[in-house]
Amino acid sequence: MRTRRRAVAPRMAALVSILLWTQVALAHPQQGEAKGFITGFRHPISGLDHVLAMVAVGLWGAQLGSPAIWVLPVAFPMVMAFGGMLGLMGVPLPGVEYGIALSAILLGTAVMFKVRPPLIWAAILVGFFAVFHGHAHGTELPPGQSGLLYSIGFVMATGCLHALGISIGTVHRWDWGQKLLRVAGACVAVGGFFFMWKAIV
Amino acid sequence: MTETATRSRLPLAFFVFFVVAMEATPAEAHLNSTGMGPIYDGMMHFLMSPEDIVPVFALALLAGLRGASHGRRALFVLPAAWFVGGLLGSTTAASNGNAVLSAASFLLFGGLLAADAKLPLPITTVLAALLGLYHGFLNGMGMGPLSFATLALLGLASAVFVLVALSAALVVQLRAHWARTAVRVAGSWVAACGLLMLGWAFRNR
Repeated sequence: MRTRRRAVAPRMAALVSILLWTQVALAHPQQGEAKGFITGFRHPISGLDHVLAMVAVGLWGAQLGSPAIWVLPVAFPMVMAFGGMLGLMGVPLPGVEYGIALSAILLGTAVMFKVRPPLIWAAILVGFFAVFHGHAHGTELPPGQSGLLYSIGFVMATGCLHALGISIGTVHRWDWGQKLLRVAGACVAVGGFFFMWKAIV
Repeated sequence: MTETATRSRLPLAFFVFFVVAMEATPAEAHLNSTGMGPIYDGMMHFLMSPEDIVPVFALALLAGLRGASHGRRALFVLPAAWFVGGLLGSTTAASNGNAVLSAASFLLFGGLLAADAKLPLPITTVLAALLGLYHGFLNGMGMGPLSFATLALLGLASAVFVLVALSAALVVQLRAHWARTAVRVAGSWVAACGLLMLGWAFRNR
């Protein structure tokens, strides 16, 4: 009986994976239109600069411990959505690309040097840069039929990236893990410098 | 003699069978021609409308965080208000509703949940009533004849009842700090969706 159950689980996992892999039918919406949940979910994970910063938020939160571990991932999506709202409304924000690159540099550096500012300053720093990320997404969001489903996918992907950072950050409890986190922070900062260089050149 | 009689009845039996077969009404096996009946149509309408599900889910989680008494209050007030709002809406012409107001409901309930707002019981009651009346009104608009609308709204209110019962009950029994924090994170996601919806609403104007 137990063997049978074990055999069912991987089959179900394979089936679900295959179903989730299906492509959009593109029967009616125009190409480049906000089609729904999957399109929104893909958007934040399609740019490495965004991914680095969002994972770094989770890493830093895990490094700082409670309550930062949940305050930062709560603050980031809300302020990012505010930036997205400004972008959607057409409110201009100067230096968006620089802000995004700088966020990766500073957040990566904070993780690398285990910077421990008061919670309020950490939240302000994260919130400040979240506006740039949100604004960039907001101006890039294509017009669509289901803005709500797109937004849900978009916010959930951002949250999942933070969760990924927090999950990686749990290695902080071991000595080797702390070193690994600092290396990860350095990698994020290097990535930030690369994107800054790309934005300037 | 008997065999001859049986043979003579056979054409008549075939004829009767043929006539009965020709009289058969269309099977209408596909739901696009029949629907599932007003009650199930109402249920499915709610379950396939994320703009309705998300604020209800957020309110249920908020009520659950505040305890069993808040959960029970939301459980009965929200579906009842939804039904009343729907009946009121069924008497008016169809309209798309106000996108800004819908976004505001996401922001309000998501924000309260993320902040773990310590609401008194009467405020939870008022919030549940307002949410039910507004979304019920939007659902009720253009539902057609009152007999159909009443049954559809009953199905809709039942689906709301089930969602609130399951969500609030799930949260009421949570004691671990991380689990309650995860519920609050869900609230921040709902509020973030509300902000983006606000942006979509202004962009489409």
